[in-house]
Order: sequence, then C-alpha cells, then structure tokens
Amino acid sequence: MHAKTERLLKPACRSRGGARVPHNKNAAESPTRHIPLPETVAVPMRQHIGAPCLPLVKPGDKVTVGQRIGDADAPVCAPIHAGVSGEVVAVEPRPSYSGAMTDTVVIAPDGLQTDCPDLRPVTVNTAEELVQAARDCGLVGLGGAGFPTHIKLTPTQSQPIDTLIINAAECEPYITSDYRAIMEEAPLILQGVYTLLRCLGVQRVIIGVEDNKPKAIEALLRIAADEQDLQNRVQVMKLPSHYPHGAEKILVLATTGRRVPMGKLPASVGCAVMNITGVAVLQHYLNTGMPLTRRRLTVDGPAVADPQNLWVPVGVSIRHVLNQVELIAPPTKILMGGPMMGIAQLSPDMPVLKQNNAILAFDAAHDLSDKQQAPCIRCGRCASACPMSLMPTLIERFAKINDVENLRRVGVGICMECGSCAYNCPAHRPLVQYMRLAKEIERKGRG
Amino acid sequence: MEIPKKLTVSASPHLHCGENTRTLMLDVLLALAPAAVMSVILFGWRCLLLMAISVAACVGFEYGARRVLGRPNSLGDLSAVVTGLLLAFNLPANLPWWMPVIGAFVAIVIVKQFFGGIGQNFVNPALVGRIVLLVSFPDAMAPAEWPLPLPYIAGVDTVTAASPLAALANGTAPSLQEMFTTATAYDPLSMLLGLRPGSLGETCAAALLLGGLYLCIRRTISPVIPLVFMGTTAAVTWACGQNPLFHLLAGGLMLGAIFMATDYTTCPINFKGKILYAFGCGLLTALIRLFGNMPEGVSVAIVLMNILVPHIERITTPKPFGYVKPKKEKGAAQ
Repeated sequence: MHAKTERLLKPACRSRGGARVPHNKNAAESPTRHIPLPETVAVPMRQHIGAPCLPLVKPGDKVTVGQRIGDADAPVCAPIHAGVSGEVVAVEPRPSYSGAMTDTVVIAPDGLQTDCPDLRPVTVNTAEELVQAARDCGLVGLGGAGFPTHIKLTPTQSQPIDTLIINAAECEPYITSDYRAIMEEAPLILQGVYTLLRCLGVQRVIIGVEDNKPKAIEALLRIAADEQDLQNRVQVMKLPSHYPHGAEKILVLATTGRRVPMGKLPASVGCAVMNITGVAVLQHYLNTGMPLTRRRLTVDGPAVADPQNLWVPVGVSIRHVLNQVELIAPPTKILMGGPMMGIAQLSPDMPVLKQNNAILAFDAAHDLSDKQQAPCIRCGRCASACPMSLMPTLIERFAKINDVENLRRVGVGICMECGSCAYNCPAHRPLVQYMRLAKEIERKGRG
Repeated sequence: MEIPKKLTVSASPHLHCGENTRTLMLDVLLALAPAAVMSVILFGWRCLLLMAISVAACVGFEYGARRVLGRPNSLGDLSAVVTGLLLAFNLPANLPWWMPVIGAFVAIVIVKQFFGGIGQNFVNPALVGRIVLLVSFPDAMAPAEWPLPLPYIAGVDTVTAASPLAALANGTAPSLQEMFTTATAYDPLSMLLGLRPGSLGETCAAALLLGGLYLCIRRTISPVIPLVFMGTTAAVTWACGQNPLFHLLAGGLMLGAIFMATDYTTCPINFKGKILYAFGCGLLTALIRLFGNMPEGVSVAIVLMNILVPHIERITTPKPFGYVKPKKEKGAAQ
C-alpha cells in the first residue's frame, strides 16, 4: 500500500483557463469489438504531419495485414501499412479530410485477414533502436495531431530528456478509446512504459490521467505495483477533469511545472510526451512485429443510440463504421475526433486514419452550426478561458484589419485551437476560425 | 439508417456552453430585481412609473435608432432593458416623469448606437445619461431635500431630508463608533435596508449586495471590481479621517461598484487591468467626495476610468504562455 500511495501524484502546477465541458463518456464501459470488413478500404498516403508517403504497391498486387504499402525518405514522415489482406484495386488521388487531393491505395479485402509473413518480434535496447522501431511501426501522435512519434523521441545533443509523460488525460468529451486501452491492455501498456524508460534513459515516467477515470488510475497503479520498480520511477498523476488537460503544453505544465517556451517543443524543457495508446501500439509491435494498422474508435454523439468502441482497420469509411451502430436520427454533422477539436467531415465516405480516436455523429437538433452570431460584448470570457493567456477577442479585431505587427506582439502563433474561447463565448463568435485566420495572416506577414 | 451525402462542415468547437448575451442580461436583470422591489417598498409606486418610463424609453430608442441607422433589430439581447433599469436606479423618486426620456435618449442613441451599438460604446450609457440629466437639471437631480423612504409610515410632515452625503459635507455625519452606539438616523441596519434619502435603486445596500452575490456565484461578473472599488474608497476615506462604513453605505457606491463599473463593454478584460481600473474608480470616488465641489463622485469616477480602459488594457495584457522576447535581428533575417 505504501508504494501505491507514493506512485499516485498530485498535479505539479495548476493551469489557467480552459472550459468546463460535459464528459459524456457514454462508451466507457463498452468493451472494444471487431467489425465486419467492408467491400473496399481506402488508405490515404498522408496520415501524419510532414511529407506524404509514396505508394509502394500497384493495382493488382496482393497485400497482407501489416504489410508496408506507403513510405518516403523525407525526415518527417511515417510509413503506412495495410490493415486488411486482399487485392489492391486502385491507386488514385482522392480528397482527404483537409479537402486536398491525396494519393490513396484502395484495397478489396479477401476476408481472410492473413498476417504479413515478414512480421517478427523486435528487440530494442538503445534509444536509436527505439526510434527506428517507432518509425517502422508507423507510429504517429494518436491523440489527433498525427505528428510522427520517432521525431519526438529522437534524442538531441543540446537538451537531454529526463521526463517521459504519458498522455492518458483524454479530456475531450465522448472519447473513451484511451480509457478502453488502459482497461483492456494495461499490462501491455506498462510493459511498453518500462521499455521506454529503459531505452530512453529518462529519470521518470509520469502517466497523466484525469480524475474522471478512477478505474483507469486504479488499474495502472495495480500493475505498476507488481513491477520490480523500487525507486517508483513510473508514477501516475491524477489530473483535474478540466479541458484541455490533454493538450501537450498544458500536460507538461501540470505534470512537471515546466513551461514550454513559445515556438518550442516539449523536448526543449527536457520532456517527451506520448499518447498512452501509442505506448500500447509500440509495445504490441515490439512483441509481435505488427505495426499500426487499426484503431480503437469511440463511436458516439447525440445521433448514436448505442455508443460503442470498435476496432477499425485504417482506411475503412466512416459510413461503414456508422453502419455498425444504431442511429437515432440521420447525422447532419460527422466529426473525426472530439467535439472540441475534431474535424467536421465533408462526406461519410472519408476513411478512418491512424490518428483518429473517435467518430461522433451529430443530428440536426444538436448541430451548432446554425447558431446566430452576435456582436462581441467584451465580457472577457474568451481571455479568461484561454490556457495560453491570449486575448481572442482582441486577436479577432487585429485579424479583421490585417494587423500583422500587433498579431505578432500578442503571440497568436501559440494558439493550439483548443476551442475553450469559442465554447465559452456568449456572443457565439467563431473565435477558433478567427484564430486560424490570424495565425495565417501572421505567418504570411513574417514572409 | 440512411446517412446523408451532404454534411455540415464548420470550424471546431462543436459544443457550446449554452449561454448567450440574452441569458447574461437576464442574469443582470434578476440581480437588479431585489433593489427594484425595495425601491417601490421604500419610495412608493412612483418608482415603478419611473422605471417603466425609463425602460420603455430605452427600448424604444434602441429600436428606433437601429431602424433609422439601417441596422438589424437588437432588442432581443435585452441590453436596452438593463440600461433603462440602471438609469432609473440613478434618479430621485420625485423626478418629473419626462426627464428619464431625455436620459434614455442620451444613453441609447448618443452613447450606444452612435458608436456602433452593444459592445462598442466607450463609456457606460446609463451613467452618461445620468450625468447629462444632473448637469441639465441640477435642482431636480440633486435636490437639497430628497424624498424620504417609507413616506406612508413616516407621516406627512417629514417627507424630505438632506442626503447622507450632504451630511458628510456639512460634518453632521456620525463617526464609525457613533453609528453603532448612539441613536442616529444613520445606524448600520437602517442604511443596509435603505431607510435613508437617495436615488431609487441606490439606497438598499442589502438588496444590491444580494444581487452582486448572485452575479458572482453565476460567474456573470468577477468580484474583483466591486471589492477593489469599494475597498479603495473605504481605505482612502478612512485614511483621511472619515467614516469608511458611512462612505460605503451612502450615495451610489454600492450600485456603482457592483452594477455600473462591472459593465462588460467599458471595463478591462484582464484580471490585472480590472484591479487597476477598480482602484482608479475607488480613488477618484473618494477624492471627489472628500475634496470636490460635487456631493457625489461615483458616476464621474466610473466614466473617467471608462475612458482610460484602452490604455489600462494595453499595459496589463498578460504575457502569453511561455513568452520569449522576440529577437529583432532574427525577425529581420527571416
């Protein structure tokens, strides 16, 4: 018991602002289940921040589960693997979630789900081997950003990393995929944590979980206590359930008390942040050789009658995923990701990507887009909600008059678009949209 | 179920807290309700008439001005109702019935709509309405003899009296000790309940505090401005040898600090800015009361600080998260 209490930490620092969003973790206790395969699977060659992959297969090729089907030499890039076995029927440009056309490998599954014969367990002992494994696994930031993990883990000469932070905050409403990962794969996660601890040479690992998931905290503590980790180098931190505690800079502040400087990565303050599902995926790859080919998705939203968690191979269409659940009303807005930062999709035929963690369906009654905008009354709720201490209402004014100088002065570039300002705005101003515009104006003004 | 081919695409976030301008204004109206009820109890039915005329005039001018200026109707946000009620709270109960209409015109048409409507006015509309009435009709707005509360109880021969602030000016106000120990017209309980001469809504401190507490609990306003404002006035008057409690309960300080200085549009957004602004309001109020030739200083103090808000905001803008000073030569190279 003594070791257990020491392992459970309180936040090192309080963060400011944020939003008191509803939790709506409706799918929390629903075990992840497999779904039948669709007739075709479309795998886009850009599922991460950085250079797109080049297709490694051509129409007519047979592919197997875990086979690499896209890669590129660019430094910031993560390979893409097939999530189904079958035959490639097309390699063609298709619209991606951002609206741009992206090369897409279309596979017709054979239903056998044959594993790729080349898959072998991987042994890692050094940081370099770990970085290589993260790249081979195709791992990207699984919270939604999709930044290639191996870049984040690459050690730099200037600033050694002493703390690894595992992000299990899952602060967005509805999403339960990280929670289900903890409940279903806690031993695998802890094994992965100790692998990272050993290879990266960090002094400690902090797993940050919001306090609305007591069972997850309990599960992590129980397994951590079984390990022969006498110095308590792996600790669990109970974070307040307050959006956006899962945002990288906020998580670093809450867990370590360190502030990541403007325009820098967490590595500049000696921290590396990894999503908890990412740890499970990486350790699964080390144990079996199976890379990232499928995601655990929370399917929920006001239009969904039976919220669930589903195992979905990358490339399956949203339409097929939504067909696996019961809908209350026809969805008019479909999100990839959470309701605070998720992206509204153009079409139900968009494919599921590696970094997706949820598909949320909103019906007309819960679709906010028809809300009337009103003039700003300067109530200041946006400014007090901003975790980055920005003043969204002021930035909106500067953006409207193209004031590059002032936009730079107020530091608009650090806005992470968490949406806390717009969530709290009584005038329903589309503040996140203005923040994006302002960032673009500032970036262009810099030349 | 069939999934439509065409979907709504909009920027995140896709959830909202559910509040809007109207709900905020409704909260303010609810917070003003106890003081409104108390004004009718204390000064009689004429208060209801003045409040109704003031609110109706503000709503009418808001509608008319938007119509003439070719802007969309904005009555739904209820801000004109709040302005009308606050204006009425600043008037003596025996004011001629047509005067609030002039105040409403100044507040809504000149101060608010000429500058672009809600959110754009740089001073508090109700306060400017009051100040214009005060300088135009000093005898009616600041009479030597104010109507006394509860006239139907007090009897017919004593229906008016000097305001407590006049008592301060001529040195007949009780000291802090006398307020609690000796029999005086200004004992703390009477002043809390509003049993003293004054404007409609300013006398009953208990009702105003109740409303302020409600607004703070609902997080409609932050308690910073009222606390710093009242604290500063109390501290400065106490330091100058006067009775701070009397200063808090006399005149329009409570009404001004809780409901006027906290007006969103005309107060700073930042926490530090709010402190600086409220400190300025409190200091000016005390200085005008102590050394000015006007009996009351709250409204002028707030309006003067309203004008300084852009400058206060400029010097109190918080540093963004992880702020690093930009390097000049690096910016030029890029």
